[in-house]
Amino acid sequence: MNIHEYQAKAILRKFGVPVPDGHVCYNSAGAREWAKRLGEGPWVVKAQIHAGGRGKGGGVKLARTADEVRVVAREMLGMTLRTHQTGQEGKLVTRVLVENGCNIASELYVSLLVDRATSKVTVMASTEGGMDIEEVAANTPEKIFTEAIDPLVGLTPFQCRKIAFSLGLGGKLVNKAVTVLQGLYETFIACDCSMLEINPLVVTAENNLLALDAKFGFDDNAIFRHHKIGDMRDYDEEDPNEVEASQHELSYVSLSGNIGCLVNGAGLAMATMDIIKHYSGDPANFLDVGGGATIERVTEAFKIILTDKKVEGILVNIFGGIMKCDIIAAGVVEAARQVSLNVPLVVRLEGTNVARGKEILAESGLNIVSADGMADAAQKIVQAVKGAKQ
Amino acid sequence: MSILINKNTKVITQGITGATGLFHAQGARDYGTQMVGGVTPGKGGTVIDGFPVFDTVLDAIHQTGATASVIYVPPPFAADSIMEAVDAGIELVCCITEGIPVLDMVKVKQYMKGKRTRLVGPNCPGVITPGECKIGIMPGYIHKPGRVGVVSRSGTLTYEAVWQLTCLGLGQSTCVGIGGDPVNGTNHLDVLRLFEADPDTDAVIMIGEIGGTSEEEAAYFVKQHMTKPVAAYIAGITAPPGKRMGHAGAIISGGKGTAAEKVTVLQECGISVAISPAEMAQALLKIYKP
Repeated sequence: MNIHEYQAKAILRKFGVPVPDGHVCYNSAGAREWAKRLGEGPWVVKAQIHAGGRGKGGGVKLARTADEVRVVAREMLGMTLRTHQTGQEGKLVTRVLVENGCNIASELYVSLLVDRATSKVTVMASTEGGMDIEEVAANTPEKIFTEAIDPLVGLTPFQCRKIAFSLGLGGKLVNKAVTVLQGLYETFIACDCSMLEINPLVVTAENNLLALDAKFGFDDNAIFRHHKIGDMRDYDEEDPNEVEASQHELSYVSLSGNIGCLVNGAGLAMATMDIIKHYSGDPANFLDVGGGATIERVTEAFKIILTDKKVEGILVNIFGGIMKCDIIAAGVVEAARQVSLNVPLVVRLEGTNVARGKEILAESGLNIVSADGMADAAQKIVQAVKGAKQ
Repeated sequence: MSILINKNTKVITQGITGATGLFHAQGARDYGTQMVGGVTPGKGGTVIDGFPVFDTVLDAIHQTGATASVIYVPPPFAADSIMEAVDAGIELVCCITEGIPVLDMVKVKQYMKGKRTRLVGPNCPGVITPGECKIGIMPGYIHKPGRVGVVSRSGTLTYEAVWQLTCLGLGQSTCVGIGGDPVNGTNHLDVLRLFEADPDTDAVIMIGEIGGTSEEEAAYFVKQHMTKPVAAYIAGITAPPGKRMGHAGAIISGGKGTAAEKVTVLQECGISVAISPAEMAQALLKIYKP
């Protein structure tokens, strides 16, 4: 789960990480009023969407007067912002963050994440603030410094100082960096983050540190113990089908192709997408109905797949283990009837009671193509979709 | 012989009085596994469907001589259950539970350092030595005793590989589901080491997916130390970056952990990689004559 920048900064403020004073605004008059309350300017107006690269897309602008804040906010609110992360369709801007500007002396990069190789939370820092960190890592890896954190001890002051010295900080900035880094680690743990990125962390002309931007990723598995964070979820920023799917405990990711997939198990679901591609088809989605798929869940899964107008055929691939194939088959038939299916449907069943499952599909009188094995299933659905087009 | 478990393994179920725990304990018993009891705090002294229930893992071990534990405890409490089993000094813990917060697992990993317990999972189907012992949720009948080892991050994809082997008459020595989470107890490399040392395993199928570098590390081990043939399949060639594909660990982040990258490394290390998931067993037969 992700949140907006203004929400991220509110959390950081609570944990003692310095951020610019600012306020979220939903209309241009409010933006002007808040600018006057915040200070004397200049101000920065920032479009609030869940995607990076906003500056280049025109989503971050400087304003020298309160009236200018209003003009800029009016332009931004309601605009569709396109960045390299939003894709061509872009994201609608419905709120802006107005905040005080600052005098930047230099820009740094800091992030925390769970490093899978060491199974530890790790700090990553770089002198190359404001840049795309993936590029820095690829081109100049020597400019990235890391410290792995012992979960039973936490991020120690000496580790923070090591990072600060690596970043070339000196004097009073070293202890300020310790405060910032420990605040970030405290935030990371308290909020069950999967990722926390400050890019840039700036050194101001007044020799202070300030988190100018903030990006959080939360561990979806831990949201249950953070209701306040759960409430920050902005459904408008997510794919509506993915939201619908998550409410039925289905794991769904929308893709660009035309063959819908319904599979049990995450690995098999990925493999099903891959094999469709292998036979020159194009998967429309990833969908894992889970181990204990019921008739209701299969029906909901069908509905979600068919909401996607690009879908011209569906492949069901089930390896029934504990789940019996006859029950899955009954679910598929019931679902196909309920949604009055009008695209080709290929079903591959394997596992417990597979013979009975195939009988149920055949007896249904529905136009369901039965397949033996994954390769057969993928070839059949790719052909069916091509055939329907001709 | 086999790895991790065999016919002598005695298993307790943590969370045995829950519907899932009981269902799978019964299934494992039907398969022939020595399921010797279970743990549910507060229900010690009772018996459920013939399984004696204990309050603590330590009690259960003392009374039953259990050497392995399987966990079906809900996610908010599962990390604690793992640590209880580790503290009791049990040899093997299989954690089936899906959805444990990753920071809980970070603590568990640190807690386990220097202890004797091996953890498999979480978010995994479990471990099976066909014909001898089944710990977990996999359907027993698709397996066949034999000499091919299987290790995988995915449940149903493991069944797919096992079924392909069984249909070709190739049995399995042991199949290990290491789970789909980013922080887990046992990785591909750990299992390959065990298979390499096991006199009853002749060849291995390794199944991986996008995210992390567990498959690459295993591949370097294969190149340098492994004498037995290894075939592999990596799921997620078509997965878009930045999106979690079901498993918490199945995500391409920062441009790292793509399937293409993994396939290249695996091939360079002499592993026979199946490009289609329908050909995992065939990929093994290219380099292994049973």
